[in-house]
Amino acid sequence: MTIQLKMIEARPAPKNTVGPLAWLRANLFSGPVNTVFTLLGFYLLFVLLTPTIQWAFINADWVGTSRDDCSREGACWVFVNARLTQFIYGLYPRTELWRVNIVFASFAVLIAWLAIPRLPFKRWVALATLLAFPVFAYFMLYGGHFGLSVVPTHRWGGLMLTLILAVVGMVAALPIGILLALGRRSQMPIVKSFCVVFIEFWRGVPLITILFMASVMLPLFLPTGMSVDRLVRALIGITLFQSAYMAEVIRGGLQAIPKGQEEAAAALGMGYWKRMGLIVLPQALKMMIPGIVNTFISLFKDTTLVMIIGLFDLLGIVQAALSDSRWLGFALEGYVFAAFMFWIFCFSMSRYSQYLERKLHTGHKR
Amino acid sequence: MSVRPKAHTLGPKPPFWRDRAKRALIFQVLLIAAVAAFLLYIIGNTQANLAARGITTGFGFLERTAGFGIGQSLIEYSSQSTYGRTFVVGLLNTLLVSALGVVAATIIGFTVGIARLSPNWLIARLASGYIEIFRNIPLLLQIFFWYFAVLRTMPSARDSYSLGEVIFLNVRGLYLPEPLFESGFGLIPLTFGVAIVASIALVVWNKRRHEATGKRLPAGWISLALIFGLPLLVLVATGVPVTWDVPELRGFNFRGGITIIPEFLALWLALSIYTASFIAEIVRSGIQAISHGQTEAAQALSLPQKLVLRLVIVPQALRVIIPPLTSQYLNLIKNSSLATAIGYPDLVSVFAGTTLNQTGQAIEVISMTMAVYLIISLLVSMFMNWFNARVALVER
Repeated sequence: MTIQLKMIEARPAPKNTVGPLAWLRANLFSGPVNTVFTLLGFYLLFVLLTPTIQWAFINADWVGTSRDDCSREGACWVFVNARLTQFIYGLYPRTELWRVNIVFASFAVLIAWLAIPRLPFKRWVALATLLAFPVFAYFMLYGGHFGLSVVPTHRWGGLMLTLILAVVGMVAALPIGILLALGRRSQMPIVKSFCVVFIEFWRGVPLITILFMASVMLPLFLPTGMSVDRLVRALIGITLFQSAYMAEVIRGGLQAIPKGQEEAAAALGMGYWKRMGLIVLPQALKMMIPGIVNTFISLFKDTTLVMIIGLFDLLGIVQAALSDSRWLGFALEGYVFAAFMFWIFCFSMSRYSQYLERKLHTGHKR
Repeated sequence: MSVRPKAHTLGPKPPFWRDRAKRALIFQVLLIAAVAAFLLYIIGNTQANLAARGITTGFGFLERTAGFGIGQSLIEYSSQSTYGRTFVVGLLNTLLVSALGVVAATIIGFTVGIARLSPNWLIARLASGYIEIFRNIPLLLQIFFWYFAVLRTMPSARDSYSLGEVIFLNVRGLYLPEPLFESGFGLIPLTFGVAIVASIALVVWNKRRHEATGKRLPAGWISLALIFGLPLLVLVATGVPVTWDVPELRGFNFRGGITIIPEFLALWLALSIYTASFIAEIVRSGIQAISHGQTEAAQALSLPQKLVLRLVIVPQALRVIIPPLTSQYLNLIKNSSLATAIGYPDLVSVFAGTTLNQTGQAIEVISMTMAVYLIISLLVSMFMNWFNARVALVER
């Protein structure tokens, strides 16, 4: 009897369990039913993708200035090209576009700073984004000070307006949402019921009726003779709507913090606002970021509704361009472009929120 | 010997603003006062504004003649009808598109959500592609796409697409054959009702028998056969008392049959496809929330795969799925108000749109519209809460 002292070399896995063929068998053709599904899937993909790619790329016209340059049967991207400035800046004066660009660029830097985990001074950058940046953006975009000419809001439009509506709605809704969420968890019955009614009312009605209300009823509520800009009216409606949704997200975050945290803070003699502001909210806010990003995504998509009350956001300006008599019949191109822009923003934000969720998850899972 | 400190040795009583109960009381009184002052301010302004514009308040306008036509109506309606009736027509249209949208979104959503978890790589990828594309594009844009880029570019009535010369699709909508019921057809809904009652009785009896003796019949299949087979049998026995009114091209348009207007089609398609992408994600996460140990335990008890799904996975997954599903249904109902952008005559379009513009009764019209959505939201959440309570875990 021999004793094997040397380790036997690991043998390679059987041929039929490794390699692309085995992968195909395991994932696509593991049985008759699966094979049928796979073939159906490939057929569906073929039927959908071939005409789409032919239309959008192979048979498309890309360069030119007028509709006469679109001679082929595919998409006429010339239309989008010719209108691109309008789709992004609306009717903002062409000579003043640098102002918008500076705001866009500084916003991108701030957001990138907040989104990339390794960079320092997160708290100060967040404060700057929430407090200083809106003021800066207002002076840059609207003008009227520091030698900048005034650009009235009815000339704002396109992607720029979409971003303004979403960001302002979000930033304004955050503090209101926090107060409402705290109120809903309060021990005081009247405060609590007031917050519940407020939240459930705005969550229970469609945004479009809120916008109608803001544009039709709000002027009636103000003293006679006082009028409010149409953009501001839309922003008030969006903020009220968004704060209710935000309050629910924040309430969810508050509930996730163990009660012991608040009790410990109370035992140290902290008052209500100190307990909330220094102990509970900082912990809760971190956990709420994915939820906040998700509500921001839906707000970003919902800003398209302002076109119904006559503002020209990205979708509104595309829709308006479609009825231009020089460019009739390019609805598909316009919608595909707008959809692509929205999709890029929403998809990247949702990916970021999923990444955050995974990151936060590991911290709390044992 | 210890001396119990007396109350007065603790010093003077703290001032009332240090007393939590009194502070809460004062705070709430102040809140009420602030809200009341705000409301009074608004009401005062509104009254002054309305007086300045010469608008009389009140719901009297609901009795006046509307004077405009509506493209789709489930009840009798003409331009001679009252504004009150436009409200009802709009409400019914909203309910119609919402109900059909909920059904379609649920079917698509569950299919895609389950496909997303398929072991077949391609099917799972197709499902996640569907989800990622449709939930990241604004609903309004999707409605516009279906309406302006697809349905408005359909051929004219003469060159309609047709399916077997009975179903036609053209720029004016979808034309379906309409069943016309002859005398003797009344028997069929009757048998249908009898079959339903019989199946319920069967299920109850089967459950009792199962609990008492452990034996059971395939009650699901038997009731399915009863509910669909029995009316079919009667239908054949009575000689099929149904004729179909097939739409026919006369002049420039189709006559006869059922017409589904393109506005409805576009809204219904967009609502179902958009909401389905959210429902699919809810279904996926609901199924994934059930730990694998549950499946393994069920298999260890040698339950067949079908029963593992029906008795172990689905009931537990439903608990996770139902609350977010409810809010998706509510979103769908609220989103149906986007109808106004393409002119589908829903509540917001005909009432908060046309009626408001014609009468100028902003306050009444907007409040009625909001109240309707609030009531619908409340009713749906009440129903879903009831349903949720039925499937919820009973904790002892």
